[in-house]
Amino acid sequence: MNFISKTKADFKVVGTRVPRPDGVDKVTGRAMYGADITVPGMLTGLVLRSPHAHATIDKIDASKALALPGVKAVVTCDDLGVPEDASLRDVQDNCLARGKVLYHGHAVAGIAAIDMATAKKALKLIEVSYTPLPHVTDVDAAMADGAPVVQEGRADESVPAGSHPNVTTMQEFGHGDLDAGFAKADKIISRSFKTAATHQGYIEPHACLASVGTDGKADLWCCTQGQYFVRELCAGIMGMATSQLRVTASEIGGGFGGKTTVFIEPVALALSRKTGRPVKIVMTREDVFRATGPTCSSSIDVKIGMTNEGRITAADAQLRYQGGAFPCETVSMGAQSAFAAYDLDAVRTQGWNVLTNRPKEAAYRAPGAPMAIFAVESVVDELCQELGLDPLKTRLLNAADAGTKSSYGPTFDQIGLKATLQAALEHDHYRAPLGENQGRGISCGFWFNFGGNTCVSLNLNFDGTVGITEGNPDIGGSRAAISMMAAEELGIPYEKVRTIVADTNSLGHNDVTDGSRVTFAVGLATIEAARAAIRVMCERAAKVWGIDPDAVVWEDGCAKPSGPNAGAFDPMSIEEIAASASDTGGPIAGHYEVNAEGAGVSFGVHIADLEVDPETGHTQVLRYTVFQDAGKAVHPDYVEGQMQGGAVQGIGWALNEEYIYGEDGRLENAGFLDYRVPVASDLPSIDTVILEIPNPGHPYGVRGVGETPIVPPLAALANAASRAIGARMTELPMSPPKLLAAIMAKG
Amino acid sequence: MKNIHVSTKVNGDEMEFICPPDETLLDALRGRMGLSGAKEGCGTGDCGACTVVMDGRVVASCLVLGAEADGAEITTVEGMSTGDTLHPLQQSFIDNAALQCGICTPGILVAAQNLLERNPDPSETEIRYWLAGNLCRCTGYDKIIKAVQIAAAEMRGA
Amino acid sequence: MQYMKPQTAAEAATLLAQNAGAARVLAGGTDLLVQMKSGMIEPQMIVDIKHMAEVREIAEEDGGLRIGAGVSGQQLGEHAGAVAMWPGVVEAVELIGSTQVQGRCTMVGNMCNGSPAADSVPAMMAAGAVARIAGPNGVRDLAVEEFPLGPGKIALEVGEFVTSVFLPARPKGASDAYLRFIPRTEMDIAVANAGVNIALAADGTIKAARIAIGAVGPKVRLVEEAAAAIIGTKLEPEAEAAMVAAARAAASPISDKRGTVEFRIQVVGVLVRRAAHIAMARAKKAGENT
Repeated sequence: MNFISKTKADFKVVGTRVPRPDGVDKVTGRAMYGADITVPGMLTGLVLRSPHAHATIDKIDASKALALPGVKAVVTCDDLGVPEDASLRDVQDNCLARGKVLYHGHAVAGIAAIDMATAKKALKLIEVSYTPLPHVTDVDAAMADGAPVVQEGRADESVPAGSHPNVTTMQEFGHGDLDAGFAKADKIISRSFKTAATHQGYIEPHACLASVGTDGKADLWCCTQGQYFVRELCAGIMGMATSQLRVTASEIGGGFGGKTTVFIEPVALALSRKTGRPVKIVMTREDVFRATGPTCSSSIDVKIGMTNEGRITAADAQLRYQGGAFPCETVSMGAQSAFAAYDLDAVRTQGWNVLTNRPKEAAYRAPGAPMAIFAVESVVDELCQELGLDPLKTRLLNAADAGTKSSYGPTFDQIGLKATLQAALEHDHYRAPLGENQGRGISCGFWFNFGGNTCVSLNLNFDGTVGITEGNPDIGGSRAAISMMAAEELGIPYEKVRTIVADTNSLGHNDVTDGSRVTFAVGLATIEAARAAIRVMCERAAKVWGIDPDAVVWEDGCAKPSGPNAGAFDPMSIEEIAASASDTGGPIAGHYEVNAEGAGVSFGVHIADLEVDPETGHTQVLRYTVFQDAGKAVHPDYVEGQMQGGAVQGIGWALNEEYIYGEDGRLENAGFLDYRVPVASDLPSIDTVILEIPNPGHPYGVRGVGETPIVPPLAALANAASRAIGARMTELPMSPPKLLAAIMAKG
Repeated sequence: MKNIHVSTKVNGDEMEFICPPDETLLDALRGRMGLSGAKEGCGTGDCGACTVVMDGRVVASCLVLGAEADGAEITTVEGMSTGDTLHPLQQSFIDNAALQCGICTPGILVAAQNLLERNPDPSETEIRYWLAGNLCRCTGYDKIIKAVQIAAAEMRGA
Repeated sequence: MQYMKPQTAAEAATLLAQNAGAARVLAGGTDLLVQMKSGMIEPQMIVDIKHMAEVREIAEEDGGLRIGAGVSGQQLGEHAGAVAMWPGVVEAVELIGSTQVQGRCTMVGNMCNGSPAADSVPAMMAAGAVARIAGPNGVRDLAVEEFPLGPGKIALEVGEFVTSVFLPARPKGASDAYLRFIPRTEMDIAVANAGVNIALAADGTIKAARIAIGAVGPKVRLVEEAAAAIIGTKLEPEAEAAMVAAARAAASPISDKRGTVEFRIQVVGVLVRRAAHIAMARAKKAGENT
């Protein structure tokens, strides 16, 4: 790849706060989300779900349902294909259970009817015979001898012999001599932690509309973070050629990683194929909680040794994640990120992924990292408390920097951790007085950030304006950021660029909107596409002027003669070049396709002040400040928005959000009433401090910013609570009953 | 199930529709009147994405029957702007980056408009409590609260 | 399913009696529609009682207030007289749900839902409120403390429905307060709650008190022992401790997704104590103002 080595510094558009292009649509109700589309002849689809946590499906009898007037089709797993790839088969089996239901809410059958009332009535007429099996929902219980086996034979080669069949993968990272490291420590603390599963909690339930013709050509409209991945999964599951399925991403009502796979889409396609009519399926909120991706819940042991001066001598962690009824590898990211903030001579992390009778986990903002870093940052805080050390200065003393060999292997390039720690140390929040029953907690956070496959097409219109086609659903303001980077590179006003998200036929493959990759990867592809268009525009100007194209430069939206020809001709504006394009060789465009590398890692530091009611355990977040290295902040409002939104999701995770299972293995709180996401009145302002340490892997120095901010709140609040009540909190969420029990146990 | 004929006024327009007696106002708005600005995030009154104003009061349209709209006056997000001019709250939400995915935005705007009609100068706490029934998962609420405050100040000045 | 809009109580009672078990009363709908959505109930008939003039208003009566069954939480909160006379009841009603729910929910519906965690019920019980019930055999009055029978169970006969609740007149120097515990600041069901109503003698001692607790047993209940512990006192520490102990002793909660037995017992005592102090302060102020 041919990136300029020195990152750009003099920005005209990038770094400003322009209005978002989707703003008017979203404030007026015009924006079209997953459930907002209707087409003529459309049927309503519904999904029947398992009432059991674990059971064999002995028989599905749909005859009564099919006999109901207005019911057009019923589908089960037998109506889908038989993919060879194991992970694709898992996705399929999660969409419609095969032989066994593996969790409460597991889809069993789909139905299509003329309207919702008929579909609801028919759903109750499908008779399913089950034989219930023993179940397990807790990660430690699922690893213990004698635990019910969720699926046989799913362990990969990494799992040591003798492990319980529910263990599907085991990962280890680290370097150095742990024993020698711990021997050097003046103080060693070992602690065990538990975190509950949390849900992404996007407000828009999954929705899709599938239409399959008798010629096998199919269209799918859905809310997703990745229309290309949906196409691959659905085509594989349906046994279709990829070319015959076009997927269009609707406007997306939140995803946070949870809309990176399929649940209802293959069911809708199968129903449409069977009926020859378009079929729309919209999940209920209950379905979303029961059957789409929560996070892993975790059980983690951390041991850290420290000198009296605060230098960490050795660090060790064992992480056990349950990711539901199908294999996943999320623990790997937890194990890699756990100690990423520290420059360590001796470090080890070991992670196990475990099957349970719960819905399959899905990515959620920095997947795997928040719980790992919660455990580590809690022990670091406790060491600071025990040794009488300042928690920020101690982190600065141990902080990873450029050249540090990371705990997970690679050596860091330019990173912003020390700068964020320093900014936090100097901020007045860190020195503000605290009252009774109040505590202040800090935590570092980290995320890798992704690059990946990316295509961008940029077209110059005859009036000199620009249309950009990109392939990643806009989940955090990316259309604005992409338009800004194109305008910057072309030297034209932002208002002259319009960016749209393509369907799968309009552009080459794009990886899912995940891992904070879009502003980085699509941004750099956009810049390169603009450069390609600029090369063509310079050629056209050279042609008009009759000079060598190499003697033309692009400045401020104009082609200008340079070198010996400088001043020989008036600059030719983008409008003039566009207007004459038809005469100089035809339409002008630029495009770029890349598997982007060089996504710079991102670090953040959060400071949280928390008050705990000593009589009830009720918590109130009093003040909250987020410090984060964003690389170049393309649109500072949206960077702040990511920092604030991520922090609040982390606050929810720390304080009150959790999946609650009964003894019967059923999820007890599948709704927003008892799955308690933070509401507006729960929160103070979330203050933000953006640091801009350029990412050398991007022409403008951009880093992803979306994931890191969910990571620090868990430990920041646990550390604040522990200091407020004088007892260490090791289980999340720190709901009032847990806090009150800790307060009362302390006496 | 005998369908019901309902005459109502939505965003100032006389509207008529026929719906089953157990159909919600939200479904009637979205499915029968072509107004999809109100969203269904939960269907149980816990998220506020379906918020509309009915006879001057903020309601969750998923917890109102379509039949109850007979003779009522309803305002949805589609009724907030006038011609080609956005309501100051709508403009403020764009100017102050108070939305990301935007799915909660229609409900929040409708609720905030009703608040400012009742109280042109609400405190931050009053805004936060008034909007506690409108879940937003993207923004952390910070920019939403500020956008409402800024719009309120503008409207008081106008 | 049918949707009916009776214009009179007699008409409503006839519909309810003729469709016993299959008909449901609709007032604010904030519980009913949730239950329908979840498939918990599938009524054959919905009887919308809001079209009867009597249920839509707040009327003064014998120095007290009669609150119609169709009066929304927000409407009650806008009634200056109600706020002045029964601040605890009003704040309890205003804590039911969000702004959106407040635009529709009713105090009577909250009571008729039969939830042990209902916000308005402890406050109404403490207030000595009386429900007016219409039915096939005419009208009867029932004290609110007699109304809940168990989770989801209420003291209504076939064909009966509640048309209003009467909040009695206030003596001088009396007031009330309601507190609940929820993990967040809004949008939750009470994990424990308490309503306290206090009337002071001229010398500032408590001459009458009623204390009710909720979400800590199968139904909301009056705790006479807790009230007795503070009558004749000025809520001194010993009296306060006896009241708290009595409230905790009266609690018989379960552990569930919203809280544990131990947590609820501890917290209900805290709420009773805090609410009693608020009610006491308000009563003193009410005494000074009159």
